Amino acid sequence: MINKIPWALVVLVAAFFVPAAGSRYYTFLANDVVIWALFATSLNLLVGYTGLVSFGHAAYFGIGAYATGILMKKMGVSFLLAFPAAGVLAGLFALLFGFFCVRLTRIYFAMLTLAFAQIVWAICFKWNEVTGGEQGMPEIPYPDFGWLERVAAWLPFVGGYRTSEYFYFLTLLLVAGCLWLLRRVVGSPFGRMLTTIRENPERAEFIGVNVRRYELAAFVVAGAFAGLAGGLFGIFNRGVFPDFAYWTKSSEVLIMTLLGGMATFIGPALGALALIWLNQQIVSYTQYWPLILGTILIVLLFVFPGGIAGAVESAVRRLRRRRQVA
Amino acid sequence: MPDLSFVFAQSLSGLTAAMFLFLIASGLSLIFGVLRVLNFAHGTFYMLGAYSAYQIVQWLGTGPVSFWVAALGAATSVALLGGIVERFLFQRLYGKEELYQLLFTYALVLVLGDAAKIIWGTQQKSLSRPPGLTGALSLFGATIPYYNLFIILLGPAIALGFWFALQRTRAGRFIRAAALDRETLGALGVNVNALYTGVFVLASFLGGLGGALITPMRAIVPGMDTEVIVEAFVVVVIGGLGSFWGTFLGALIYGQVLSFGILFFPRFSIFSIFALMAAVLIIRPWGLLGKPLK
Repeated sequence: MINKIPWALVVLVAAFFVPAAGSRYYTFLANDVVIWALFATSLNLLVGYTGLVSFGHAAYFGIGAYATGILMKKMGVSFLLAFPAAGVLAGLFALLFGFFCVRLTRIYFAMLTLAFAQIVWAICFKWNEVTGGEQGMPEIPYPDFGWLERVAAWLPFVGGYRTSEYFYFLTLLLVAGCLWLLRRVVGSPFGRMLTTIRENPERAEFIGVNVRRYELAAFVVAGAFAGLAGGLFGIFNRGVFPDFAYWTKSSEVLIMTLLGGMATFIGPALGALALIWLNQQIVSYTQYWPLILGTILIVLLFVFPGGIAGAVESAVRRLRRRRQVA
Repeated sequence: MPDLSFVFAQSLSGLTAAMFLFLIASGLSLIFGVLRVLNFAHGTFYMLGAYSAYQIVQWLGTGPVSFWVAALGAATSVALLGGIVERFLFQRLYGKEELYQLLFTYALVLVLGDAAKIIWGTQQKSLSRPPGLTGALSLFGATIPYYNLFIILLGPAIALGFWFALQRTRAGRFIRAAALDRETLGALGVNVNALYTGVFVLASFLGGLGGALITPMRAIVPGMDTEVIVEAFVVVVIGGLGSFWGTFLGALIYGQVLSFGILFFPRFSIFSIFALMAAVLIIRPWGLLGKPLK
């Protein structure tokens, strides 16, 4: 019964009504969650599905953000082109860096991803002419929604939104599309092969799979989608800054992934929702958010290593078993 | 042709930075070599060392020895904290996935970093150089503060002492054995858990000492931990994770690249260091003097 409801569609439709509820602030939060959900899901393709712990995923997020920012602000390119360009550019960098990274294993892999991310950060931080250096690039324009507003004026219920709310709708649609694509990737034979590699790389090698090439492909796909998330984030944030690519951003998205649960597809998105919601609850009481975040992380590691999705799954399983016994 | 005395001064300033980094990175490398964990919290221990030294000097006042007492006291309290963390929390994560161990140390960064903010506030703090080391020496037309000279000499002294302890003492033999094969060592009746705690305590001591000794040269501010951990990290990666002399070499290279990089590419010295690190990892993933992991 529960399984027959198309949950993804329900969530998507519900998300469309957030601005209608009237609170600008909640629309803002929802927008944040949606972008981070894509970022975390892209990371999970590596960590959860392929077993590659990347500590530098923020590099591709940052590259995507800068690509969109530079194209839209400095060159006046329309969003329609700048957005896919963010994904392509981040994917290309992921191809270049990943080529070297996938030759290493475990901790060395994590370190090389971190090294490359720090290189990206250092360039963004220092290359004043192109990236704006330490000051970043403020005032990234919103995409042009003029035509949409004219159309919306003719339709009932959808007219009269602000630009930021149109951007939210756009983000929602784009991220939904990206997640659908990622879902297809995970469910494809390619995705199954990634899981096989995670479970036992030696055996995969033995049966004739080119493990490195599969890992590189996963790295590029993950990087490209992180770049798309970054492209949206720059506009959402109304600016692009070097700390988008700093290593602490990489660890933030890793925590989201872990909090939601790496074993499931929707886990990281849940993690993004939980962490951002928690953050906005807590910062109104105390400025010591990192302290709370660290404590959450410690509890998570010791008590719920499977994250939210893992905890829910095991609770459901326990419930089912009890029902069967009864 | 740059002025020779200027080059000399620049290389000495690189050497000072190198010896500081060695002090910090050696602890990081030791933990990785034995426990196989990259301890993100090591930079936080360094920061706590700096704050504790500041605190102790506040209590003692500025006597002739108060700085040295503060430095040792700070390093000891950080070592104690390291021991508690390892014994009661970290030990429960051994045998679990590396990701969990890595993230646990990151959680410590968040928690302890904020705790330091609660205790000492966000205002920048500093300590003056200890009396007796306040002057400077003129050498080949360059001026070197005595304190820098002290650090330059302290680095090799600690390196030699460390090396001697690892090579010649019983505990050192156990540590080297644990780095190679912990199961066999445990089977031989050595208390591996206690050994791990000891390694963590020693590494935390070195980190805390580095933090305490840097207080006359750098401001004590929140965020100094995440900055230094990346530096220390580059050092151990270049030199070879878990390799003792590799860490020393890595620190020397880092110091000089930073010091001369600023001269030649003033804006891209950070970049040149990360590029060097990436190049080393690509050519020799286990670092210049490290050995491949089994």
